[in-house]
Amino acid sequence: MFARKSSPLFRALRLARPSTLRYRSYASASGTPPPAEGFMPSVATSAFMNNTADQVFRNPELKAFASSSTKKMNLFQAVNEAMDVALATDDKAVVFGEDVGFGGVFRCTMGLQEKYGASRVFNTPLTEQGLVGFGIGMAAVGHTAIAEIQFADYVFPAFDQIVNEAAKYRYRSGNQFDCGGLTIRMPCMAVGHGGHYHSQSPEAYFAHTPGIKVVVPRSPIQAKGLLLAAIRDPNPVIVMEPKILYRAAVEQVPEGDYTLPLGKAEVLKQGKDVTVVGWGSQLYVLETAIAMLEKEIPGISVELIDLRSVLPWDVETIEKSVNKTGRLVIAHEAPVTSGFGAEIAATIQERCFLRLEAPVQRVAGWDIPFPLIFEKFYVPSAIRCVKGIKKALNY
Amino acid sequence: MLTASFLRPARSALRVVPSPSARLFSTSRVARYADEAGDKHSFTFPESHFAYHKCGPVSLDVDATKNEMLDMYKNMVLIRRLETASDQLYKAKMIRGFCHLSTGQEAVAAGMHAAIAKDDAIITAYRCHGFTLLRGASAMSIIAELMGRRDGCSQGKGGSMHMFAHEFYGGNGIVGAQVPIGAGIALAQKYLEKGTMTFAMYGDGAANQGQVFEAFNMAKLWNLPCVFVCENNNYGMGTSALRASASTKYYTRGDYIPGIRVNGMDVLAVREASKYAREWALAGNGPLVMEMVTYRYGGHSMSDPGTTYRTREEIQHMRSTNDPITGLKERILERGIANEDELKKMDKEARTDIDKAVAEAKESPEPDLKELFTDIYTVGNEPRFLRGTAPDELHHYAKSQL
Repeated sequence: MFARKSSPLFRALRLARPSTLRYRSYASASGTPPPAEGFMPSVATSAFMNNTADQVFRNPELKAFASSSTKKMNLFQAVNEAMDVALATDDKAVVFGEDVGFGGVFRCTMGLQEKYGASRVFNTPLTEQGLVGFGIGMAAVGHTAIAEIQFADYVFPAFDQIVNEAAKYRYRSGNQFDCGGLTIRMPCMAVGHGGHYHSQSPEAYFAHTPGIKVVVPRSPIQAKGLLLAAIRDPNPVIVMEPKILYRAAVEQVPEGDYTLPLGKAEVLKQGKDVTVVGWGSQLYVLETAIAMLEKEIPGISVELIDLRSVLPWDVETIEKSVNKTGRLVIAHEAPVTSGFGAEIAATIQERCFLRLEAPVQRVAGWDIPFPLIFEKFYVPSAIRCVKGIKKALNY
Repeated sequence: MLTASFLRPARSALRVVPSPSARLFSTSRVARYADEAGDKHSFTFPESHFAYHKCGPVSLDVDATKNEMLDMYKNMVLIRRLETASDQLYKAKMIRGFCHLSTGQEAVAAGMHAAIAKDDAIITAYRCHGFTLLRGASAMSIIAELMGRRDGCSQGKGGSMHMFAHEFYGGNGIVGAQVPIGAGIALAQKYLEKGTMTFAMYGDGAANQGQVFEAFNMAKLWNLPCVFVCENNNYGMGTSALRASASTKYYTRGDYIPGIRVNGMDVLAVREASKYAREWALAGNGPLVMEMVTYRYGGHSMSDPGTTYRTREEIQHMRSTNDPITGLKERILERGIANEDELKKMDKEARTDIDKAVAEAKESPEPDLKELFTDIYTVGNEPRFLRGTAPDELHHYAKSQL
């Protein structure tokens, strides 16, 4: 419907001033720099943050837990709660990683060692390959091993253990052995000033590995529910937590024990003109982009989907949405080439070829190493997302 | 005994009441046979300055000229000043992100620098500012790099962990990753018969990374001129070495590779041990593991106050009894190599130099935006274009070269 060139909406779109992307040169010495913990102005005011218990339990996935109370917390506190619940409900659960005994660099494990003892919450030496290996070993004898990699950028020494050992344990032993009890948490995505080794989003590397699951939560509620689900899932799961949201994302989170489904996307905003898919902190960028677009083109209706699980990913939900809208835009922070957007685009063109009104648009990071000083130019910002969505609409 | 207290500062700090006779750098035990009139000064190290694993000993008697002593002093003061300036710039939010300072560990960089040849190679981890400076990068370029400015030693594209200079293969942000790289550099040196060697440095935290041991094996197997230097500051981030390492005798952890433990707070000891290690490697003896026992006064990084996993008393104790700059200063004064005023003048000059470097670095603009696309592939061999955030955002290399 949107493609009809006579539609008033279409004309409005054409008339709308193109948002030109101009490179600014920052005057660095002057002006107020963003806060050290990162800067995401849209998170605090996001409509996706649940500020009341009513809002929280309107979510059908949480309806069953409506009898529990809620508590205001940020994402690192939610992650902490999830591990707290896991440790309390499963005496085989252990939490370990570099400096987790003191709470970890992002405070996610704060207080857990005091509560559960140093034999269940403990520091490991600085050895990512080793600590993931230990986790696999523990899980292989039936423990629930919750490992922390300090930054997703540091996971690569453990890549072999994850890809060749964790992911294939079940398959190569004909299901005699597995390490399903293993969960590996790692902070990912940009934080404003992380530079080359504290900013990357390596989800696509792991999405290429059958045998593991990959989850990226967007908010405190999601983080707690998805992490608990990951911990209890009988397969090894990687949970990538957008580090900029640890403090920035605050909402009412159900207390006690609850899980959210893995492998299921969530439609955050219903729409009919274009489907936009993202995950992690990129969703707030997309929310801003959609607001900008709605202001510019009154009446536009954008459907926003949080993919949540990168592996396995919810093809059906995206497919259903694209069959409704005919247009798809995917945004992620990782470089565009072989980013996970490529997989979504390929699958959707396969399934929705005749329904697509425009080529699938990917708005992603540049094909360059994550830059230090020019992070703002690297990331798929709201303006770039607007541009991508418009391109899909305008085709 | 002194070395033992080094390894357990947390406990010793609480018990040991610093007294002049217990001070590490007291020269009261040093033979006073220096030629008072001449330029050369002789010192004797306490035996506890070194420990050996299948090699040694390093001579406990050492000579140093006035200029050598003053150079080492100046270098350490410059590094400390540089790190202090970085700390201030970080707190003023002019430096952002991840930044690791070496305040307290200056003797390692300055002592090694004094011992090695210009064309010997060094590769280290993220606490790299001091090495970058001594290997020839200007203080201005280091500060500019920290602030992400155009005149930075990596064109402002790297930041704190990514600094390089002549035969200085960099800081590195991935814990332990530089160690096999160092062995590779040594392999090339041997292969090309360059007559040089490599110092591959890592921390006590990184000493537990698997690839360190892979590098050990290859270096010994192929008898590479590689000295593995474990800069043991007692804490891998917030975890004390004792809690992370089955053996904190890092100098013995090469097993079949000989090793030396050095009091890394004494710049002269670092120099002598580094000389010994360099000669060892160049003589075709293969690799050596050198452990520099040192101490960082600050936190692991700027976001770590450094006081949650150790006591303030411990830090204060190390500062007041083991400081490398004070230690050397005491030696210089005691031998009359320079007087208090002359040293103060050097301190002041270092401060002026660094202040000037800070002012200049602040003037440096941020890199041009086109730098976003440079240095990913070699010039002339890039892909036709790089893909960007949106489908129509492309960077065409051919066009940019016109």
